Amino acid sequence: MAAITESGTAPREATRPTSGDRKRVRKYTSDQVPLGSLLLRMLAGLVVLVVFLLPYLIMFFGSVKTKAEIRSVDPSYFPREWHWDNYVTMWATPETPLLQNLVSTLVISLCATLLVLAVALPASYYTARFRFPGRLVFLFLVIVTQMVQPAVLTSGLFRQFIAWGILDTWAAMILVNAAFNLSFAVWIMHSFFAGIPKEVDEAAQLDGAGTFAVLTKINLPLVWPGIVTAVVFTFVASWNEFAASLVLLTTAGNQPLSVALTKFVGQYETSWHYVFGVSIVAIVPVVILFMAIEKRLVGGLVAGSVK
Amino acid sequence: MKDLLKALPWIGPAVALIAAVVLFPVGLMFWNSTRDISQSGLDDGGVGLANFATVVGFQYFWPILGRTVIWVVVVVGCTLLGSLALAALLNKAFPGRRLVRMAVIVPWAASVVMTTLVVHYGLEPYFGIINSFLVDVGLIDTPEGYGWTRHPGTAFAWAMAVAVFVSLPFTTYTILAGLQTVPGETVEAARIDGASGVRTYFSVVLPQLRGAVSVAVLINIINVFNSLPILRVMTGSIPGYDADTVMTMIFKYMQNQRQIDLASALSVIAFLVVIGIVAIYVRVVRPLEEV
Repeated sequence: MAAITESGTAPREATRPTSGDRKRVRKYTSDQVPLGSLLLRMLAGLVVLVVFLLPYLIMFFGSVKTKAEIRSVDPSYFPREWHWDNYVTMWATPETPLLQNLVSTLVISLCATLLVLAVALPASYYTARFRFPGRLVFLFLVIVTQMVQPAVLTSGLFRQFIAWGILDTWAAMILVNAAFNLSFAVWIMHSFFAGIPKEVDEAAQLDGAGTFAVLTKINLPLVWPGIVTAVVFTFVASWNEFAASLVLLTTAGNQPLSVALTKFVGQYETSWHYVFGVSIVAIVPVVILFMAIEKRLVGGLVAGSVK
Repeated sequence: MKDLLKALPWIGPAVALIAAVVLFPVGLMFWNSTRDISQSGLDDGGVGLANFATVVGFQYFWPILGRTVIWVVVVVGCTLLGSLALAALLNKAFPGRRLVRMAVIVPWAASVVMTTLVVHYGLEPYFGIINSFLVDVGLIDTPEGYGWTRHPGTAFAWAMAVAVFVSLPFTTYTILAGLQTVPGETVEAARIDGASGVRTYFSVVLPQLRGAVSVAVLINIINVFNSLPILRVMTGSIPGYDADTVMTMIFKYMQNQRQIDLASALSVIAFLVVIGIVAIYVRVVRPLEEV
């Protein structure tokens, strides 16, 4: 955390480009690792792979079963027939307006991400570049929000949003998601800005560029990976948010998918095949997004703490 | 002062957002915890600490608090041990490592609700796939399986397993980042001195992971304490309070009983507990000092 207070800190290990990794693997394998232990590692790796993917494979296989098959007293591991049409019919299920839930999830996540970017980008740039009274107080404030989660504040937020007249609106959840993901975004972008030598800025200023031009023309292209990481992380976190949405969004159509899907539990005859179909649709895109920022995920969460 | 004014356009929006959506609700929550608020939301005046007395006096309060401690300690402990092993494996070179690393990310990116839902389905008697598997391999005698999610104890245990599963990715990646900074020379030196792989790990590598491990544990404690969705899905439909933690109890006050004043009081307690844990942890382990 102290790294955030020293502006000279370069982005660390976790922010390195991916190419070096593959090279290192090749070097080691051609080196002295005995074949036996290499096979052992591969076997362990395979076990890990299966364990981590298993719930999602069950989900996928379940999503193409018929209702009769997924509720059969003689359960099948693999679908006997592949019913891809589930992915079309599931949106009309009576439990909850799933299409509206999907739209809600999308709108809330996109707007929260844009808001975070608009607010965190200037803040992280300025705190990485300039010293001013209150700078440490601000950075401390950002760290503190990392320690607080919306779940514990919902009772306060609930009353607050009633008073503001935005309870049960997208705006409420956009604000909540943006506020609680702000710290990750500020941290990761701060570390990228801090990694750019100040001379680059000064050279541009000598050429007559203003602070804003220096930010947009000189810095932004260099901190691009940090911005992408912040954007993806905020988007995925908002996409999956549950606790605050559960309380702050009361109309079925306003709720995100995470809340909507819990309504299937405890039903007399839960349509599990639809639950899983929607889950697959909701999970696959964000998993791909997360994989794209794999190398930099740790950087923002723990900033300089892991050295 | 002039510098601060110059900084304001840049950091002002961030400060405003934090003040309005994080700090203000904290204050409001403290205020509400001392008020008598009707189910329809009317503020019927101050009641001092009566709400706290009601919450603490609730007959299941202490069992719930004890269960919360078990929840945090077991989940964070198992997550840490699992992650140390996983990170040690993923730090070694082998063909297909990249693929395994990607697979480990999946529960991190996927919605916790949805991951829990599939486990909940699997544990259903008669048609659940986990039950079916346990019957097929002969671990359960009854052909319909066992009603894991019908009993508070077993449902809670499975919820802990899911919580470990979804906490592993972040923790593993944090420790992996720590492992990459362990200088290769120190490991080689230990090997040359004749230390075994296990010995090298415990006396050379592990001490250098102190920073990474303590930060991961700190963030995990906060996340696991605040976790709602797993228990909500796994144990939410069980009547009574035998599988609740502080966090699920807050939501029961808020949603089932519509008692926002009691929910606020318990939230204040939870909030102070988290702050207390973090303060003690930071003081004892000093995770933030080694930077």
